[in-house]
Amino acid sequence: MTQDEIIALLRERLDEIVPGAAASLGEDDDLRDELDLDSMDFLKLVRGVHEQLKVDIPETDYGKLGTLRAFAEYVAART
Amino acid sequence: MGFAPIPKAPREGHAAPNLDDYDRVSATFRWDEAERALEHQPGGGLNIAHEAVTRHARGARAQQVAIRWLGKDGLGADAPPGARVELTYADLERESARFANALAALGVAPGDRVFGLCPRVPELYVAAFGALRHRAVFSPLFSAFGPDPIAQRLELGDARVLVTTERLYRRKIEPIRDRLPALAHVVVIGDRREPSGAPTPTSTPGTLDWRALVGDASDTHAIPETDPETPALLHFTSGTTGTPKGALHVHRAVLTHHVTGSLALDLHPGDVYWCTADPGWVTGTSYGIVAPLTNGVTMLIDEADFDVARWYRILAEEKVQVWYTAPTAIRMLMRAGLEPLAGADLSALRFLASVGEPLNPEAVVWSHAAFGAPFHDNWWQTETGGIMVANYASMEVRPGSMGRPLPGIEAAIVEVLDDGRVKVIDAPDTEGQLALRAGWPSMFRAYVNAEERYRKCFARDEAGDEWYLSGDLSRRDADGYYWFVGRADDVIKSAGHLIGPFEVESVLVEHPAVVEAAVIGKPDEVAGDLIKAFVVLHRGHEGTSELVKELLGFARARLGPAATPREIDVVQGLPKTRSGKIMRRLLRARELGLPEGDTSTLEEDVGGAKKESDS
Repeated sequence: MTQDEIIALLRERLDEIVPGAAASLGEDDDLRDELDLDSMDFLKLVRGVHEQLKVDIPETDYGKLGTLRAFAEYVAART
Repeated sequence: MGFAPIPKAPREGHAAPNLDDYDRVSATFRWDEAERALEHQPGGGLNIAHEAVTRHARGARAQQVAIRWLGKDGLGADAPPGARVELTYADLERESARFANALAALGVAPGDRVFGLCPRVPELYVAAFGALRHRAVFSPLFSAFGPDPIAQRLELGDARVLVTTERLYRRKIEPIRDRLPALAHVVVIGDRREPSGAPTPTSTPGTLDWRALVGDASDTHAIPETDPETPALLHFTSGTTGTPKGALHVHRAVLTHHVTGSLALDLHPGDVYWCTADPGWVTGTSYGIVAPLTNGVTMLIDEADFDVARWYRILAEEKVQVWYTAPTAIRMLMRAGLEPLAGADLSALRFLASVGEPLNPEAVVWSHAAFGAPFHDNWWQTETGGIMVANYASMEVRPGSMGRPLPGIEAAIVEVLDDGRVKVIDAPDTEGQLALRAGWPSMFRAYVNAEERYRKCFARDEAGDEWYLSGDLSRRDADGYYWFVGRADDVIKSAGHLIGPFEVESVLVEHPAVVEAAVIGKPDEVAGDLIKAFVVLHRGHEGTSELVKELLGFARARLGPAATPREIDVVQGLPKTRSGKIMRRLLRARELGLPEGDTSTLEEDVGGAKKESDS
């Protein structure tokens, strides 16, 4: 999967959590700040990605997933 | 069941507990004697800022770090300059003096309400103490609320001044500012930090810049003599119906803060202490601003939100000795397992406490194995102002129990009688409402502009003694340990935060497709409860997945992540009593597949919460 495809998928997932807000999100925007995500939202996002792409993301790596770009790079390196 | 009590023994290399023998201290404790631990003002007055800041700034702790702030990039030795800010007690004295003087210069009067809507930034703490010095009332709001709950609280609380950040102003205040004519001044903190740690200057039209405001003010300020009954802190909480309730606390509350910080959290002067709660909730104020500083500790503030790896780094690198957090976070740490802990040196950790909702016994037992010391659950509420029932460092922990009442606090299980009085239940293991004998120092003194609701929180027993009714059902075992059973009303505890269903329902029915809504707490393994809504649609609207998604977005944009429903079901009708009240309890029982209980008052002709897809 390409970086762009992963980013598109993340946007889809985020649109489920914060409907309407994910489309305008910049690739380097802080996810939590820009979308007002809390820990429960973030967990839902990670679980969604795990189910769809079968990537294991240990809790200790959540801090590395702060932006769309960082998240996509992390996932790309593991698929 | 099946969870063995955790006995206590002296722990080598750690300070001995402040509360060494629960039974002895409880038997002899007196508030008037405990008050001697406070300094008081020269004229006998009592001011929270004096006890937490000024007395230390003038004493041996002046150069001790009071607040160590960790910005998002502030961990480790290579943190960029400005990402980590330390304020000594002397610094905090000067900075809070500046803000107090600035408030005076703005014409803010004692008793006026100063609100904070901030992420956890150093200025929030300066503003809190500055407002308290000025004898204004400080009211911190949770920044994960959306514009609707924020506007409602600012209106109810009659906000005169608001301290916020550029980002939050743009997103959450600007859209509602015209609803708030009484809000005279908005002070804006810059979003970024300079290498000095100071926030960047701001220039938002219609606002005051934090730096310019405090920079122009003198850094000396004598706190006016403060009557202990002077209002000090305002915290909003939720009931089942109606608007949020603003619980008002007075400066005398500092006595409870100080005593409970010492006895329930075992804070020793000089400790490194970390309370992970946001000051937008009462825990983050009583135990994230006041109690730690009256007890002379160095308190950590982490700007970032929960993150497993980050939290373990902070505990290890900052050598945290006392840690106060919440069940949702503890359960997330549990999910991550023990692996992330490998190699982390947590040997400084002496005492762990938890609050927000009952801590499940599995988590207590897990923490004992993971950290070598168990989490100590405790119980209290916005209205109580401080910890009321707790597990103590020196006392056996019974996993799943909230512990025993604080010395100086008389708790009881009561039955509310038909005539409105209460009967104290002495028999152990009997379920009833947890009540507290009225009159402790941090008891709330009012719900602002809601005298009737305030009075309804209290009742007398046959002997004429007055009790505060908590709304929490519990039981007490034969040894005096209290066990939480459930709520007596329909409020929802989500991630430790109390959410009023009415507030959420009111927003949902603002959507043109929705005719009626009911909101319940749906159990979740991490959050305790998640907010779930049932909506009935106007004729002509269909409960498609697109509409449900639209409703989720609609609610979230207004309520913010802290209070928004995570799940919405479209239903044909809502179960109601004959008098038209929505039976949330029945909805919840159906959702969980529990027995539905007594439905004799159920309105017959309106169907249940049957899902459209089932019909």
